[in-house]
Amino acid sequence: MSFDTLAVVGLALLGVAATGAVVRVGIASSLADRVIALDLLVVIAVMAIAIESARDDTTAFLDDLMVVALLGFVATTAVARFIERRGAR
Amino acid sequence: MTELVAGGLVVVGSALTVISAIGLYRFRDVFARVHAAGKAAPLGAALVFAGAALQFGELAVAARFALVLGLLSLTFPVGVHMVVRAAYRSGTELAPDVTVDELSDARRRRDEG
Repeated sequence: MSFDTLAVVGLALLGVAATGAVVRVGIASSLADRVIALDLLVVIAVMAIAIESARDDTTAFLDDLMVVALLGFVATTAVARFIERRGAR
Repeated sequence: MTELVAGGLVVVGSALTVISAIGLYRFRDVFARVHAAGKAAPLGAALVFAGAALQFGELAVAARFALVLGLLSLTFPVGVHMVVRAAYRSGTELAPDVTVDELSDARRRRDEG
């Protein structure tokens, strides 16, 4: 068992989780529900980038981790303000 | 050996994220679902980052992972909390079998002006 094998297993698990989150976005009953599922998707993307860069042994994508994580927060905050103004649904 | 530990951390962190995604289906309303997404996901990210940093084996890289993890675990719970707060204030109903809603008085007072 090398790191590469285990990393691929981890990426596969993340793929399962991402599929679950995307389906949840589709069947969600309210906007808040969707935003939370999308937020989980952002974290999954950050984790996948981390695993992939460790697998390829490259530091080129490490700055992207920060950008994606912070963009996710800004987007969530914006939608939260939007929900508050417009009302749920 | 280090490789195995790093891989193990990555797998466990990813498995936690899967559990977090399952929680999105198992809980009945937004206010319960946010616990699954808001807590398990940052913990899963912490484990995955630890595994990746261990695999790199460089202090500079580990410091960057630590920074991202700090930002993520500070902002992610705050973000989902803001969404749920907005949902409650704009009148999202709790699941029908939830019996205690300690904020309902405050919400009623606010709606009445």
